[in-house]
Amino acid sequence: MSLLQVEGASKRFGSLVAIDDVSLTIEPGELRAIIGPNGAGKTTFFNLVSGLFAPTAGSIRFEGRDIAPLGPDERVRRGMSRTFQITEVFPELSVADNIRVAVEVASGYRLRPWLGAQARASVAARVAELLSLGGLADKSEMRAGALSHGDQRAAEIMMSLALRPRLLMLDEPTAGMGDQETYDIARLIRRLHRREGLTIMLIEHDMRVVFNLADRIMVLAEGRVLAEGAPQEIADSEKVQAAYLGKAAA
Amino acid sequence: MSPARARALDAAVCLLLLFMPFWMGAIGGYTELATRIVVMGLAAMSLNFLLGFTGVLSFGHAAYFGLGAYGAGMAIKYLGAGSIPAIGFGVVVATIAAMIIGALIIKLRGVYFAMVTIAFGQVFYFIAFRWNAVTGGDDGLSGWHRLPIDFGFARLDIFQNDKAFYYFALAIFAVCVGAMAVLLNSPFGRSLIAIRENERRARFLGLPIEFHVWLSFVISCLFVSVAGALYALLNNFTDPRALRFDLSGNLVIMAVLGGMRSFWGPLIGAAIFVALQDYVSSHTENWMSVIGLVFVLVVRFFPRGVLGMLRTGAKA
Repeated sequence: MSLLQVEGASKRFGSLVAIDDVSLTIEPGELRAIIGPNGAGKTTFFNLVSGLFAPTAGSIRFEGRDIAPLGPDERVRRGMSRTFQITEVFPELSVADNIRVAVEVASGYRLRPWLGAQARASVAARVAELLSLGGLADKSEMRAGALSHGDQRAAEIMMSLALRPRLLMLDEPTAGMGDQETYDIARLIRRLHRREGLTIMLIEHDMRVVFNLADRIMVLAEGRVLAEGAPQEIADSEKVQAAYLGKAAA
Repeated sequence: MSPARARALDAAVCLLLLFMPFWMGAIGGYTELATRIVVMGLAAMSLNFLLGFTGVLSFGHAAYFGLGAYGAGMAIKYLGAGSIPAIGFGVVVATIAAMIIGALIIKLRGVYFAMVTIAFGQVFYFIAFRWNAVTGGDDGLSGWHRLPIDFGFARLDIFQNDKAFYYFALAIFAVCVGAMAVLLNSPFGRSLIAIRENERRARFLGLPIEFHVWLSFVISCLFVSVAGALYALLNNFTDPRALRFDLSGNLVIMAVLGGMRSFWGPLIGAAIFVALQDYVSSHTENWMSVIGLVFVLVVRFFPRGVLGMLRTGAKA
């Protein structure tokens, strides 16, 4: 069974058609990149899938179930988690506490007024594991808001991972980063995909990252699917080149 | 604040509270003033559970303070209840009201939430104001007084002995504040702080925001109603001003004055507010203008409040 199945999704804001009849299927274990010029509707598409708003038309199924009526938090509890283009962390909390909140939610402890020693130890172990996976172990007591951009991004990805998602959605994970930070994040994503077998859907502008990581690529332009296929097919597609060159010429 | 400094502050506050009736006299105060500080401190800290640690502003907490006060007063006056059952009655009434009203308004955010809390608060004010036969109307609910507590093996005369009542109030304060401290250090408390810090991120971690904010609102109202009930017992009287929106505003001022990001801040704010009110109002009717001036100066020079000055580092 496909993990995510979007059929004929559209989203209109007044007279603006942000997403027009987009269909997409993601299989378990896949790493799918979504690319396209600015304003192509990539983030809007993420918002539809993650439940920030409802589609005007079309259906979205996750693990075979229709998730259209579910709010974003319910979709997260069903196994989807995402990061944002503009990094979203809890700035006044320590890095460890940022991740701890996510781990506690994932462990079903969100309403607990206290935790026993055993539960506390298992939360702490998971937090430590994620801190070290994200390369944040030596910054765990820093305020998350004081971290560098790249480290905030890593913290945000770790929070999403804490939820043990079956689908991880990353909205421009390397946006605004230098070469070294981009490389580090790309390596982290590759590791999550190859070694942990995580299914990932990501929006990305950096073509080196996209062509290095993705199993399949979907190209959006003006809200529509312009092309879809393996990286080599996309690289060779004249339609795609035209869209990008046309954008550059304009 | 480093953990060591936080522990030192906890200890200092506990010691000051424990001996307040004794040092209060030395600086020109009296026991009833000390009790008022503890009671209003509890109210401000309860409000701050919602304001400072969940990031939701309510301008209607006087309603639950007042419901606690009227509930306790009426339980004594009409049912002949003892002091502790009377407080319990007031708290149950106020908490049920908070559960219902909270459920109606929880979808609103920011200034809309604050406005609607005022509106609902005023409903209770006008009921107390108009329903003369039961509430005593504008004159207030009088003709009753708190009763000594009989433990069977011992009797605590909180009616005649004002120091006994202070320690009775302080014990209840300690239970409530201890419960809030435990909650704030729990996964549930962290979820509230997460909502304050970034509601969108919290939602996308799978937190049902509305339910958590509702629960925080109800908990906050529950503790503020304990303070209201104690306030009625302290005065052996309550009137519609205990429900009016200016009291809600004063609670917000106390929290901001002392520092709404720190646990003890609102208590310090309440102490400054109550002491100033007591001292200045014996000299001039316009005591509020002095409080206003102090408030403006604190907000201008210590935007994080009096206790906020001490605060550094990642501790929330």
